[in-house]
Amino acid sequence: MSNELNYLLARAAKGLMSRREFVGRAGALGVSAALASTLLASAARAEEPKKGGLLRAGMQGGESTNSLDPALAASEVPFAVNMIWGEMLVDVNAKGEIDYRIAEEVSSSPDAMEWKFKIRKGVEYHDGKTVTADDVVATLKRHTDEKSQSGALGIVKDIVDMKAEGDMVTLKLASGNADLPFLMADYHLIIQPGGGIDNPTAGIGAGPYKIVANEPGVRHTFTKHANYFDSTMGHADDVEIIVINDNTARTSALQAGQIHMMNRVDPKIVELLKGAPGISIQAVAGRGHYVFIMHCDKAPFDNNDLRMAMKLSINRQEMVDKILGGLGSRGNDFPINAAYPLFDDTIPQREYDAAAAAEAYKKSGHDGSPIILQVAAGAFPGAIEAAQLFQQSANAAGIPLEIKREPDDGYWSNVWNVAPFCASYWGGRPVQDQMYSTAYLSTADWNDTKFKDPKFDEILIAARAELDQTKRKEEYSTLANMLRDNGGLICPMFNDFVEAKREEVGGWQADPNGELMNGRALAKCWLNA
Amino acid sequence: MHPVVKLVTQRLALGLLLMLAVSALIFFGVEALPGDTAQAMLGQSATPEALANLREKMGLNEPVIWRYGHWLYGFMTGDMGVALTNGEDIATSIGSRLGNTLFLAFWAALISVPLAILLGLLAARYNGRWPDRLISGVTLATISLPEFVAGYLVLYFLAVKLQWFPAMSMVFPGMGVFERLQAVILPVIVLVMVVLAHMMRMTRAAILNVMQSAYIETAELKGLSPLTVIWRHAFPNAIAPVVNVVMLNLAYLVVGVVVVEVVFVYPGMGQYLVDHVTKRDLPVVQACGMIFAAVYIGLNILADVVSILANPRLRHPK
Repeated sequence: MSNELNYLLARAAKGLMSRREFVGRAGALGVSAALASTLLASAARAEEPKKGGLLRAGMQGGESTNSLDPALAASEVPFAVNMIWGEMLVDVNAKGEIDYRIAEEVSSSPDAMEWKFKIRKGVEYHDGKTVTADDVVATLKRHTDEKSQSGALGIVKDIVDMKAEGDMVTLKLASGNADLPFLMADYHLIIQPGGGIDNPTAGIGAGPYKIVANEPGVRHTFTKHANYFDSTMGHADDVEIIVINDNTARTSALQAGQIHMMNRVDPKIVELLKGAPGISIQAVAGRGHYVFIMHCDKAPFDNNDLRMAMKLSINRQEMVDKILGGLGSRGNDFPINAAYPLFDDTIPQREYDAAAAAEAYKKSGHDGSPIILQVAAGAFPGAIEAAQLFQQSANAAGIPLEIKREPDDGYWSNVWNVAPFCASYWGGRPVQDQMYSTAYLSTADWNDTKFKDPKFDEILIAARAELDQTKRKEEYSTLANMLRDNGGLICPMFNDFVEAKREEVGGWQADPNGELMNGRALAKCWLNA
Repeated sequence: MHPVVKLVTQRLALGLLLMLAVSALIFFGVEALPGDTAQAMLGQSATPEALANLREKMGLNEPVIWRYGHWLYGFMTGDMGVALTNGEDIATSIGSRLGNTLFLAFWAALISVPLAILLGLLAARYNGRWPDRLISGVTLATISLPEFVAGYLVLYFLAVKLQWFPAMSMVFPGMGVFERLQAVILPVIVLVMVVLAHMMRMTRAAILNVMQSAYIETAELKGLSPLTVIWRHAFPNAIAPVVNVVMLNLAYLVVGVVVVEVVFVYPGMGQYLVDHVTKRDLPVVQACGMIFAAVYIGLNILADVVSILANPRLRHPK
């Protein structure tokens, strides 16, 4: 093997070069794509984790108001902190499959109404106690209590009965749900001793690291949990999350080597940062998307022709190029993309079509008064600019779209879910059912497009209990088409997670489930000295 | 009673009265906001029973005057309650944040105040000549630069390019003094840049004002060197206005440096307050408001007292 190929291989294995780039460069050296992939796989395997050291992440999304109660985690830093000290029953891995954590086996009744989770033996909490089935039940019970204000309440409220027998936890659901294991991977559902009922903010869990210092909004430091059950994680001796909410400060800290990885690289500086020595950009296609939402039950958006006119008058490619700097993909007016299991990739991409938009607008019989789009800079990064692009392409189609700027403060309580037409974003969910159930079911609290279609609800609930994957995929395809053609959602783009790491960080893997390898980067990566 | 003691006592009493007024303003201002603490804590999911229970538990059903007294008493005895958002003891969290802020302000002041006065003296000495223009030009340029721009410039050149100093000014309990000093160098540089011009210009103006007096002419005719004239005869009479500006800048260093804190990831009071304001964590906002008010009032009293002491007519009454 040539020296150059060896060099490329080493770089690719360290994550300094994307797979695609490696295959392309290897091809230039006369290596076939198939052989290149095999080489890469073995090189990645050959890179042994190094033990020890202090691994640091600098993150946006932490405030001094953050709590250690997993039920309350809502922003990026509490999420990542919880993923370091906590363990859930199961995890969803980068391939979208279930990884068994505290549960080592899951089985269900044929109607997906009753689920059994077998609890792994000998998993130890940081305080030396052992994880029991009773803890699991107590944890889930705490999250079903409205007083806990749990972010997972919507997930666990369908559980009508739960009981622990020996090392087996049995959950009975109100209606069948084939995705229940995926729901149990929700980051709020960290198993705590006694369910965390006595002391929800104790920060005692069964995760790979235990908390040393917890200074909300400043830093969170951890040291290795000596009796952690999984030897494939927890390579560094100590890990640390430093809250750096300012983009420039975070980038500087990475360049100066004070942190090893960071979340939320500003798309505007990605090209500049690519030239910086010792740093690589990691862009991962995720499930998050930026949206404009119309209330289907309020004039003028109660008219589907008008909704269609709006959908046709947005230039999605331009948005991906200019707002995301190319780090993302076009949306298709339903909230699902290829990062989801059972995605139907045959649904045609909706394009910008000024003529068709003008025709639909005429057909809607709208009186020509201004259509007001309410938007705040904090609706999503680049929201104002995106709204301006939308305004231009819509005006070109003869649609009188106007922008009304709103302050960030109070946007999520005063505008979102209240105003008939505004900008927003969604973080995505691990499975299609959860995304649809959270925001498009008639009865959902967060049905922010007020899309109410009994037939849609019926198919969604049927698909939820469907264990036959082919049939399920068809059902999800039908749902996608219903939303795409009749819904109030304008989805111009899916944003990538754009992150950066230093070259001494080994073991990095792209994970579409969440930022920084779904919050596990500090536990799964290691430091090459 | 000696007039100085009397004046100082008067100022102190006035300051305390002012603090009381501020505390009432803060408490009743927050009280006037729609909703109460219990509602803020329970959020949208509040049921009437839960609200009633919590109100009972927190004593929110008591008369407002009683609660004000209770809060004020708690504040004076160091019990500020717990934060609504994460249940942490406010006094403890504020304690470490305030310590950090004071540490940063102390070093920034220690460098900027003598430097500003020295530069002011020099500028007055060489009034209208090139050293005056250079000093004024440079300091006016640094004050005109917005703090975050100055921060980013310093960050880019000294931390990223030259790598002389750490890019982050993270400090934490248990850190050695030298490590702490190294950590805060960059923010101290930026703060010095920001506050220097104001104090320097005031020193220069005050001294130039005094320089018109007849006794300065006498001193010059005695044959004293220009710097001695300024230092021995002009400066003591210019102290009062200078001290006022210095105190204003010190107060700014304590309560107004949130932008610098953000740029350098420094865990001070500013960021702490902003976080809690956005989450409507009212007990914390009240506590921070009181502390900031106390700093302002305290430093202003100090400025007054120093001006009084600097005035010989008050020190040596007939």
